[in-house]
Amino acid sequence: MSTESMAWPSTTAESRPFIDQLHEWATTVDHKRLGILYIVYALVFLVIGGIEATVIRIQLIRPHNNFVSPQVFNRMFTMHGTTMIFFVVMPVLFGFANYLIPLMIGARDMAFPRLNAFSFWMTAFGGLLLYFSLVGANGLYGAGNAPDVGWFAYAPLTSQTFSLGHSTDFWTLALLVSGFGSIGTAINIVATILCLRCPGMTLAKMPLFAWLNLVMAGLVILAVSPLTAAQIMLLLDRYLGAHFFDTQAGGSAVIWMHFFWIFGHPEVYVLVLPAFAFASEIIPVFSRKPIFGYPVMVGATVAIGFISMSVWAHHMFTVGMGATVNTFFVISTMAIAVPTGIKIFNWLATMWGGKIEFKTPMLFCIAFLFQFLVAGLTGVMMSAAPFDWQLGNSYFVVAHFHYVIVGGILFTLFAAFYYWFPKMSGKMYSERLGKLHFWLFLIGFHLTFDFMHIPGLLGMPRRIYTYEPGRGWDTWNLIVTVGVFFQAAGILVFLGNLIWSYYRGETAGDDPWDAWTLEWSTNSPPPAYNFASIPEVKSRRPLWDLKHTDDPDWKYE
Amino acid sequence: MQSRGSTKWHPRGSQILVCVCCTAAAFADPAPPLSPTNIFAPASTPAKSIFGLSLFVLAVTGAIFLIVFTLLLYSVVKFRKRKSDDGREPPQVYGSNQVELAWTIIPILIVLALFMATARVIASVQKQARLDNAIEVVAIGHQFWWEYRYPGFGVVTANELHVPVSDDHHPTPTFIKLLSADTDHSFWVPRLAGKTDLIPNHPNSMWIDPHEAGVYLGQCAQYCGTQHAKMLLRVYVQPRADFDRWIQGQRQSATESSAASQGQRIFETTSCIKCHTVAGTVANGHFGPDLTHLMSRETIAAGAAKNTPENLRQWILNPDAIKPGSLMPAMQLSDQDLDALTAYLGTLR
Repeated sequence: MSTESMAWPSTTAESRPFIDQLHEWATTVDHKRLGILYIVYALVFLVIGGIEATVIRIQLIRPHNNFVSPQVFNRMFTMHGTTMIFFVVMPVLFGFANYLIPLMIGARDMAFPRLNAFSFWMTAFGGLLLYFSLVGANGLYGAGNAPDVGWFAYAPLTSQTFSLGHSTDFWTLALLVSGFGSIGTAINIVATILCLRCPGMTLAKMPLFAWLNLVMAGLVILAVSPLTAAQIMLLLDRYLGAHFFDTQAGGSAVIWMHFFWIFGHPEVYVLVLPAFAFASEIIPVFSRKPIFGYPVMVGATVAIGFISMSVWAHHMFTVGMGATVNTFFVISTMAIAVPTGIKIFNWLATMWGGKIEFKTPMLFCIAFLFQFLVAGLTGVMMSAAPFDWQLGNSYFVVAHFHYVIVGGILFTLFAAFYYWFPKMSGKMYSERLGKLHFWLFLIGFHLTFDFMHIPGLLGMPRRIYTYEPGRGWDTWNLIVTVGVFFQAAGILVFLGNLIWSYYRGETAGDDPWDAWTLEWSTNSPPPAYNFASIPEVKSRRPLWDLKHTDDPDWKYE
Repeated sequence: MQSRGSTKWHPRGSQILVCVCCTAAAFADPAPPLSPTNIFAPASTPAKSIFGLSLFVLAVTGAIFLIVFTLLLYSVVKFRKRKSDDGREPPQVYGSNQVELAWTIIPILIVLALFMATARVIASVQKQARLDNAIEVVAIGHQFWWEYRYPGFGVVTANELHVPVSDDHHPTPTFIKLLSADTDHSFWVPRLAGKTDLIPNHPNSMWIDPHEAGVYLGQCAQYCGTQHAKMLLRVYVQPRADFDRWIQGQRQSATESSAASQGQRIFETTSCIKCHTVAGTVANGHFGPDLTHLMSRETIAAGAAKNTPENLRQWILNPDAIKPGSLMPAMQLSDQDLDALTAYLGTLR
């Protein structure tokens, strides 16, 4: 077994029978293979979630449109939200963390390889369970039925009274199962980073990527647990006559909101911290300078981790919590803008005085900086609770969080794909197609999400399958929908680029970016054991030290 | 009504925040209203307080945006790798405590200023004491319509809320208690106030004091099930005398009309009366809207259609044609019965 896995991914792997290769992938405990499994799995769901978004936008292209029924529309936005958060962004981020963390800290694998495989398959099973609802949820009635309660599934819409059949149960169980996977991976990431760093790599000498993922994993453990608890309570409500959220029997709908958002808001940081991690690795390399203010960046990350646990009820400014509670959540939410701002300034200072090379990964990172600035500022607007009484649950919020998740997270993810694709595949992607993807997606993104703010300001609530003419929303919705097609074209170019480059791309070499972290010191793709001998480091940029023996980093840090 | 001066479109319009600032200023003039649900055209004190705060927040965030945007753009252009590059690495700078301190402390001060402005508005809206002459309304959210009760007047109606104008000389604010009969809903009429949720087992309240007569639109802003989209809100703000007259009319029982007696018989012998009330008759259901004064409303189906005989007939025949997923069943009546029933409903003034 061990000799076989050590041979991967040499060319001999290609000649083995397909069934053997499949068996190897299905039973693998190698962190790189699991990372790629996570990533490919997430890409499949990205396409599915993207199709759902397209259906939503076609329906909203004009008022009183009849492209889909309200029932179908409600399922589409529920599945779109659930899929994108739980089965696209989280798995793809876990995939990169899995692949890169051991390589970056000079380890041979994750701390618990079997737990790693178990976690991936739990997540995978969760996604399949969610989509099995399409055929299974109505059981004996024949036709299938996807969940339609919205991705935050407010009680009592999820009670048996209002949600017949099993669609809500599929939703609940899918998140429960994938939640176990997330917690398993989070424990693995924490253990790996704390215990498996190579000699010389103190916590203060870890790449920022590892720091950000460490805090992310801590947040996953703290945030996913209450969600898991709430899902179990919901199941008890639906089948064993418990009354946690059953308002008809005296339960509390507001308790569900608290449970959901004490998961839901840290979750935003679970998603965005890895995005920061990509930016913190890519921006320095393409600016040819070390990250500016490393200790402050670490401090800001830890601060975000702590503060993010105390801001959840800013999702609930309209549920009638009283002036005192609202005021508390205003200040805690505004406070998180400070460490986040510090991060933006430090990335700016990293570029300042550098020699910026506009390769595809850097283009995506630069767009991320501009877009995340806007996303942060619209977030500050909504942290002012009275402003949120107008903006909350409107299309302004939808635009805001898509600015975070697409403009922030997805853009850095694309950067990460292009940046580490040569390492993972050993092939160089096509720079021309990469830039085409960038520009298509940038135009599509801004058409869609810039203009989406405006109907929100004009009073358009989210989650409506159609709207009345004469509200001043028509033109904006049309523009928003047009943008979707540019984004879809961008995604197709992206997938085409990955596939074409994997088979036809030029050989990339071990260190195509002249970068500084340990993953670039081994082969592309790395052998199963990662490093022939465990490296020893003296600074945060071990490869800089190797390349500049006359002027190494460790003299200054 | 306020009108902000500058409506100039700045050249950097592609960036949304500038967009937002400009549109905020441009939208503030409701003269030809950009939208009947524009949050920047407030017509009641809570909405105006929010509008004032939002201008301050937009100004601060807009300024931050312009500064950071400029710095980002400058560094990307200025420090790009030139064609004539010598291939040497630029000076390696690891950080600076002074600048880190500066961009920590300045944001903290900005946050404090924003927080204090925000806290004031929260208190002014949420801690407003109720005036003695305030109108009291209980709004109850149903899938997918609104029930309004005026406990002080003994009036029950649906979907079209009537309130009096409140001006500085005769302030008559309306306090609305918000309840839900089933799932979560949210009451949002942007020009009058921010939204407040209607949650079962969790009574909420809000208040409005519209300064000008007119119809103010809005809709349910919390996903409440299949027909969330067509749970529309209409608030009729009337001069006090008109409002009093409306109240008087709503307090009457339905008048019997011999011309519509056949329709009334159909109404009272089918399941209509299980859900609908017509005061003064045997119909006393509470699941659907009170129909005693159906003809005093401009719309049916929570604003989804105009209140015309054709629409009413269509609605009884097949509610799904107007509002798919509505909880009203199709009544399966013959054409003749349908006409008679529509005629009866037409007498409920």
